[in-house]
Amino acid sequence: MSEGKKNSEILRGRSFKFGDDISTDLIAPGRLFHLRSDLPELAKHVLEDADPEFAGKVKPGDFVVGGRNFGLGSSREHAPLIMKMAGVGAVLAKSFARIFFRNSINVGLPALICDTDKIDEGDILEIDLKNGIIDNKTRNLKLQFNPLPEVMIKILNDGGLASHITKNKGFNL
Amino acid sequence: MDKTISEKIISEHAGRELKAGDIAVVNVDLVMSQDGTGPLAVSQIKRMGFSGVKNPEKSIFFIDHAAPSPRKELSNSHIVLREFAGQTGSVISDAGEGVCHQILAESYTCPGDIVLGGDSHTCTSGALGAFATGMGSTDIAVGYALARTWIMVPETIKVNFGRKVNKGVFAKDLIIYLIGKITSDGATYKALEFGGEVGSILSMDERFTISNMAVEAGAKTGIFPSDSITKEYLKSQGRENCFREISSDKEAKYEKIMDIDCSLIEPMVSQPHTVDNALPVNNLEKIMVNQVFIGTCTNGRLSDLKIAADILKDKKVASGVRLIVIPASKDIYLETLRTGILETLIDSGAIVESPGCGPCVGIHQGILGDGEVCLSTQNRNFKGRMGNPNSFIYLCSPATAAWSAVKGYIADPREVLL
Repeated sequence: MSEGKKNSEILRGRSFKFGDDISTDLIAPGRLFHLRSDLPELAKHVLEDADPEFAGKVKPGDFVVGGRNFGLGSSREHAPLIMKMAGVGAVLAKSFARIFFRNSINVGLPALICDTDKIDEGDILEIDLKNGIIDNKTRNLKLQFNPLPEVMIKILNDGGLASHITKNKGFNL
Repeated sequence: MDKTISEKIISEHAGRELKAGDIAVVNVDLVMSQDGTGPLAVSQIKRMGFSGVKNPEKSIFFIDHAAPSPRKELSNSHIVLREFAGQTGSVISDAGEGVCHQILAESYTCPGDIVLGGDSHTCTSGALGAFATGMGSTDIAVGYALARTWIMVPETIKVNFGRKVNKGVFAKDLIIYLIGKITSDGATYKALEFGGEVGSILSMDERFTISNMAVEAGAKTGIFPSDSITKEYLKSQGRENCFREISSDKEAKYEKIMDIDCSLIEPMVSQPHTVDNALPVNNLEKIMVNQVFIGTCTNGRLSDLKIAADILKDKKVASGVRLIVIPASKDIYLETLRTGILETLIDSGAIVESPGCGPCVGIHQGILGDGEVCLSTQNRNFKGRMGNPNSFIYLCSPATAAWSAVKGYIADPREVLL
């Protein structure tokens, strides 16, 4: 299944709630720098310093739900990459730090801006990527998320930046 | 149309007129990564099927974050970078040369350049009047392979540092104070442009400190207009011929203008665990320190180590405190050696380590123990940053760091400087 098809799908999963200012140090800490050459191993530690149990609990398709300024800090693409490898279906936040946001799209992890106060830990969500709707099944509440810039939709639909470049033999934005 | 510096530089590199909010594919002048982000960039270059890089002499791989390597996995990552640089003719800046941002400043960045770095503090080069920004490994891989990227032209917040700076107050205090005002995401997606009567006379060392931390307010870059001070600096590096004057036009449109009265700024600290948790040192309760670190791409330059040495001369680091000093580059290391700065620091009890990122990234050379407090001149104090989520990091200027090392607790350097 290509990432392109995924974009028109409905994503379903549980919410794992995090606070404001979740830094890349909390997602992929510097003390595990040596594991960047062993990403499956690094993924076992994803978000460990924010919630030591998260990596053991997350199931494929679940959502990471943060507050303000999610992913601030380092440019390490490993942060969204290991979230994706751990099975995270999308990351939702009130706002994202710039580099993390760009990296998420580049690795094919949807990063969605919405009012995450309306989502609690463990809520079941259905996300319609194409129409920009988050259906909080637990609270029977529909949320909208801001549409991505068109260039980012193209990159996401191509399965991330590397696939976009390979497919188009350069930029085609 | 009158333009900001960012609009000018990005328009030039896109080959068409652009304004804030426009998105364009642009040519880039310099691309770099470091040992934390470079190996993934190399594997992405290969995955995309590229066999080389577009501009080898402007493609740089730095080994600075874990250098010399403290463990075999990282040694192997270093081999990946050395081999790839060798095969493609790219530049390798190996262990001991210094921190990527300082080496870019000394030897590579020119006013008007677009610089892409696989490191969030790439904005440091903005001090030279370049549009310099951090990106992740895949963007950097594309930058290496094509010398191109896509970019949204940012809105600009103009920061006028005005009035005068009080004694004992340094560039680091100005930027910590400013980030406290803007907050950690107040400048997200935007460019910060620095000026004002104080801003325009800051030395290059001071400008690097300020531009370096623009990303801590969320900014895409932190840029100074290039002027006679920039020109003098480039001349001192033997790079005068790459100087060009670049500044915003008179009627350029800013998203916001912030006037900062520097005379109101005191020595500042960022308290754990965010940079915008800013407070004057004087308002702190007594915070005992276990480790003090003077160095990094923020404050490991000659003037930083000099002020530390001036304060530590004929004094001793407090018992129970580890003072770690790391010059940001080999050139700075040699200069501090020649001028006796290092001798003064070592005499006072400092531990001097080889040029590089040191303990700032939490990999080696000064990992904190449980419950320990570090006062550091680095740019980030996030939980776990220095290798242990159960430790506490405060950020400050080199003067505050040096005086606090003597006192054993976070102390106001005006006690010794006035």
